[in-house]
Amino acid sequence: MIRDVEVLVIGGGPAGLCAAQAAAGAGAHVLILERDDVPGGQLVKQTHKFFGSERQYAGDRGIFIGQMLVEEMTNHPNVEIMTDTTVLGIYEDGVVTALKDEQHLKFRPKKIIVATGAAEKFLTFPNNDLPGIYGAGAVQTLMNVGGVKPADKVIMVGAGNIGLIVSYQMLQAGVDVVCVVEAAPNIGGFLVHASKLRRAGVPICTGWTVKEAYGDGKLEGVVLCRLDEKWQPIEGTEIKVACDTLCLAVGLTPLAELCWQAGCHMEFIRELSGHVPVTDENLMTSVEGIYAAGDVSGIEEASSAMVEGRLAGYAVAVSLGYDVERAQKEVEAARAELVELRSGPMGGKIRAGLAKVAEKRGGASC
Amino acid sequence: MRLEQHPILQFDRGEKVTFTFNGQPVEGYTHETIAAALHAAGIRELGHSQNLNRPRGLFCAIGNCSSCFMTVNGEPNVRVCVTKVKDGMEVVEQEGKGVVKE
Amino acid sequence: MLIKDGIPTKEDLAAVLPSEERLAKGPVAITECFQNIACNPCVAACPQHAISMEPDINATPKVDPDKCIGCRLCVKACPGLAIFVVDMSRPEDKALVTIPFEFLPVPQKGQLVCGLNRAGEEQGWFKVTQAVSGGKKNMTWMLTLEVPKELAMEVRNIKVGGYRDGE
Repeated sequence: MIRDVEVLVIGGGPAGLCAAQAAAGAGAHVLILERDDVPGGQLVKQTHKFFGSERQYAGDRGIFIGQMLVEEMTNHPNVEIMTDTTVLGIYEDGVVTALKDEQHLKFRPKKIIVATGAAEKFLTFPNNDLPGIYGAGAVQTLMNVGGVKPADKVIMVGAGNIGLIVSYQMLQAGVDVVCVVEAAPNIGGFLVHASKLRRAGVPICTGWTVKEAYGDGKLEGVVLCRLDEKWQPIEGTEIKVACDTLCLAVGLTPLAELCWQAGCHMEFIRELSGHVPVTDENLMTSVEGIYAAGDVSGIEEASSAMVEGRLAGYAVAVSLGYDVERAQKEVEAARAELVELRSGPMGGKIRAGLAKVAEKRGGASC
Repeated sequence: MRLEQHPILQFDRGEKVTFTFNGQPVEGYTHETIAAALHAAGIRELGHSQNLNRPRGLFCAIGNCSSCFMTVNGEPNVRVCVTKVKDGMEVVEQEGKGVVKE
Repeated sequence: MLIKDGIPTKEDLAAVLPSEERLAKGPVAITECFQNIACNPCVAACPQHAISMEPDINATPKVDPDKCIGCRLCVKACPGLAIFVVDMSRPEDKALVTIPFEFLPVPQKGQLVCGLNRAGEEQGWFKVTQAVSGGKKNMTWMLTLEVPKELAMEVRNIKVGGYRDGE
């Protein structure tokens, strides 16, 4: 049996929830498919306060933003959330298949918003597969969702926002954070995150990397070394540091498999951290009716993911003829918000990436 | 070790249950994933790789990768990072691809 | 250097410190926020409209020292925990420094805590004169420490735990 759906949102994270909020708010009927047993995506472990402006709930902690959105969507008469449901495919005839409780489900949506998020990247070095070498997000899940002390003594690799934030959150969980090493010459994340870590006594070592890990059956330590300006290890700078956990915060990559499968025009865009669907100013991919919002179309802050979700949700509402005048205004407001969020120096990379997307599409940048 | 107190969070762990890891009893809670319960018990080695027999631990903890595959109640390739603990569950380290039960 | 190790330089700080005259008058907010990021809750949090951001949300905050009354609402509002309130107006040689705090245990009023500077180095033991919760949703504590005036621009954190009971 194939179930007809008006708007199918794949992924119940910040982008998906805000997409549903927008589309349903305009009057559309929305079904959210979430593979986890609770919606919220990675907001469920973001114990820090978000940046941005009031429209992106700045100043509120990520977990509470997630709870608020989930509660609102759970109680919305036009929205249904199916958890423990993994989407398996988007087919040529527009049918979407999913797995829930060992059951194979089929949906025929009028519109699809893909908001599948991202996965953590890995780093190459000898013995990088030892148990105890974890993604920084994984450690955040273990401690902030699982309530488990993830490590006794940890080294963080990567001084982007995830590396800095998770290091701070590990301090809050009573973990000894030995240092943050960053291969780049400069700290990549927000400097206020770096400063609060530093004044808690955690050194941030730019121009350093992990040369290798060691341990018998599990991680017992790592060898760190300095890098020259060409990112090559400088001989003689190696130091051995004991630790039971190494966290990798070396970036995310879009989880865009469904877009590939649906036949969307995909491009590798370095600044967006991987292969992304080429979208238009409404965040619609090259396949009519399939939209992409959030990290799946380029790695960015959760604040931007929420605004992208809202943009896609209202754009879908317009295309379905719901509350067209207001929804169109909201689309334009979301576009303006994104321009503002991305207009500072920290937005340079994403602006460059989106310019490339626009070029591939042959149109103006959103 | 589990976090007893946290400046921001409160943990609703659910009911205390017992499952087994390689036949040994391990305590867990119904709202915990198998990976979290094992980690809390100090168990990080979850299986061995197929060709070189190298120890495997978790990596992503959100069901993206396949690093934490274990055999649970005889079923191989279970992502223990997204599978909740149940009373009496039999969790076994997985060797390579694991063996699919008849 | 801030972008290399997370420690703001004297030059960074010089740009945000109020004049000695203003500091001597009473408590005032110091925004140790030196990077152009899209963030503005401090502007909205200030009931005196003393914090501005021009031309847009990507600018760094500017405190108008004449409007600021040192009420500390911005301390708990800042998502980057980058705002501090310093009071140099007391007649004796002690200043009051208010810092944001998000760890357990929270020290109690009257206890002595080990103060840390921006590099996390120990600066001595100081009395907590006030510990105010940010509330149920905000959850950031504001700790006010009594420090020698010469350390008022140094102490920006405390060591977690090991607090001593004051006299």
